[in-house]
Amino acid sequence: MTKTPEQINEDLLRPVFQTSGRFLVAAFLLGAFVVAAFATFGYQVYNGIGTAGIRRPVYWGFYITNFVFWIGLSHAGTLISAILRLANATWRRPVTRCAEVITVFALSIGAMFPVIHLGRPWVAFWLIPYPGERGIWPNFRSPLVWDFFAINTYLIGSVAFLTLPILPDWALIRDKANGWRKKVYTVLALGWRGTPRQWHRLETAMHIMAIVIIPVAVSVHSIVSWDFAMAPVPMWHSTIFGPYFVAGAIFSGIAALIIAMALLRKFLHLEEYLLPIHFENLGKLLLTMSLLWFYFVFAERLTVWYGNETSEMAVFWLTQRGSYAPLFWAMLFCNFLIPVPILALKKLRTITGTAIASAFVVVGMWLERYLIIVPSLSRKYLPYSWGTYRPTWAEITITIGTFAGMALLYLLFSKAVPIISIWELKVGLHKKAIGRSPLSAVRGQLQPTTDNAQPTP
Amino acid sequence: MAHNWGMVIDLDRCTGCQACVVACRAENNISTVGEQQSAKGRAKHWIRVERYYEGEFPDVKVKFIPVLCQQCDAAPCEPVCPTYASYHTAEGLNGQVYNRCVGTRYCANACPYNVRFFNFYNPVWEKPLHLQLNPDVSVREVGVMEKCTFCAQRIKAAEIQAKAEKRELKDGDFTTACAQACPTRAIVFGDLNQPESKVSRLARSNRGVRLLGELGTLPKVTYLERDSWHDENA
Repeated sequence: MTKTPEQINEDLLRPVFQTSGRFLVAAFLLGAFVVAAFATFGYQVYNGIGTAGIRRPVYWGFYITNFVFWIGLSHAGTLISAILRLANATWRRPVTRCAEVITVFALSIGAMFPVIHLGRPWVAFWLIPYPGERGIWPNFRSPLVWDFFAINTYLIGSVAFLTLPILPDWALIRDKANGWRKKVYTVLALGWRGTPRQWHRLETAMHIMAIVIIPVAVSVHSIVSWDFAMAPVPMWHSTIFGPYFVAGAIFSGIAALIIAMALLRKFLHLEEYLLPIHFENLGKLLLTMSLLWFYFVFAERLTVWYGNETSEMAVFWLTQRGSYAPLFWAMLFCNFLIPVPILALKKLRTITGTAIASAFVVVGMWLERYLIIVPSLSRKYLPYSWGTYRPTWAEITITIGTFAGMALLYLLFSKAVPIISIWELKVGLHKKAIGRSPLSAVRGQLQPTTDNAQPTP
Repeated sequence: MAHNWGMVIDLDRCTGCQACVVACRAENNISTVGEQQSAKGRAKHWIRVERYYEGEFPDVKVKFIPVLCQQCDAAPCEPVCPTYASYHTAEGLNGQVYNRCVGTRYCANACPYNVRFFNFYNPVWEKPLHLQLNPDVSVREVGVMEKCTFCAQRIKAAEIQAKAEKRELKDGDFTTACAQACPTRAIVFGDLNQPESKVSRLARSNRGVRLLGELGTLPKVTYLERDSWHDENA
């Protein structure tokens, strides 16, 4: 990458300052799906949750599947960004922001589902511990209350983690823009001037956030898994669920990131910023996670089969060769059999290759969540009340709507913010050129500083 | 002395007539959901008679087992409720506060007996059925969970009556709707804390088993049976 800072500004700020007709069409189309989903939710609230396909005994269906899936997807940002930042992996620079955005949006979407699925969504606020005249607090023994706190903590943390390093870029837009844009970005930039003190504080804050956000992310998906593992339901009540869910979350998160990057590269013409090496490295990570995921599935299935417990075996065979078997084997196909060869062979580990593998993984991981939730509920202990589940149009519409919503949010975000961190890219450039003290590059001062108090990003 | 309400169901006496099911509906204002919704598995039966068939036709044996909320002492439904809608009462019952329920349905998923029922829509009573609603039992709106309460309204009424007459509750002062309706007296309800109550004596019978007792839920319903249901060698 031999770009000058001016070229970087021009390339990466183009989407912020110019709006193409293609953008408007895409935003309109995606928006239509989102509106349809919200209208469906309104219909469901008005008529009753019976609009969805859930029934006794499968009281959780598509909505909770989507909840787990989206919360899982949100793990892209944390792992890639925080760990790579802490490990000081230099290739991360163009990737971090794409990843962090996925976290914030996927988490926001995922967090809507526990409300969407409620029988009485209008009283969802009863999960908040607030001093009310009834004097009743939420039940802190309930994993759903743990969820409430974990997800909110993660959401606040990841919004901070995303916006902190945007400040210098917003300040850059402020300095380059006129008119209404100038006003908006002046507010957004929070008075960023780029003084050494500000840089120092930003670096410290980012370092603290990167450390803090990792245990938070791990706890979030462990707690999501405990929504299931804490209930005495066959094949839910498992000690492996915490790490299994976290691994699956990171797995699907990386896949989502690769897809997002491939699309951004194509539509925003970032061919010279998102390089094959990024896809290659992320592809290797995805390969690792695919193998780890397979290990977890194998360990889970083997111990259940070997244990040969009647109630668990009913669920086991239902997924292994019963009515859910096609979905189970499709999941294995999507999460392991297809991605592993693509990602393991250097020749296939291209941008297209990793994107294809990632698309399979996203589908496979959605199936995985579904297969964890539904078959267990449909084969609880007493055979007399075994049952099945079929989604209705409402659940399908809302599910499609959330995928459109994710794409729309991403689209809008890439209009408001340079999707690749401009200042971090420049820091990287300058670091390469002079080897040390890269902050001067950002501030436009070329003489190397001798002050040791200056942090090294 | 605190009460500890319990129940004994004698499977050797049960004929599977479903009188208990009907009585329960009438007593507890359980709404019907219609043919279509029933087919979708959304019918509500706080007590149901499960049928199991043994053997091949024509040599078939049918077994009945009435299943209702087991009012577990270590109930999986209680800790998972985020709003305390599902909670343990002072008398050891699994209480369900309809007004506090937000409808996560987590309790029903956690319940190994599948005896919790959800209101997928607002209940409707076709005229003149609305006139037969029990004034002592609240009707449940859309989005809340409901289940057998051991006829909590009858317990309350009997306790108030006894207090007004300044005496202790006696065994047999009252019983649940299902027990009252049972023509073969297969269902017996009473206070397990009174060692000489009928239910206490029957619960100690060596024919007694607990449904899914191996899960450690400590159910307060004891089933009596001559032939074992759960263990071929018992």
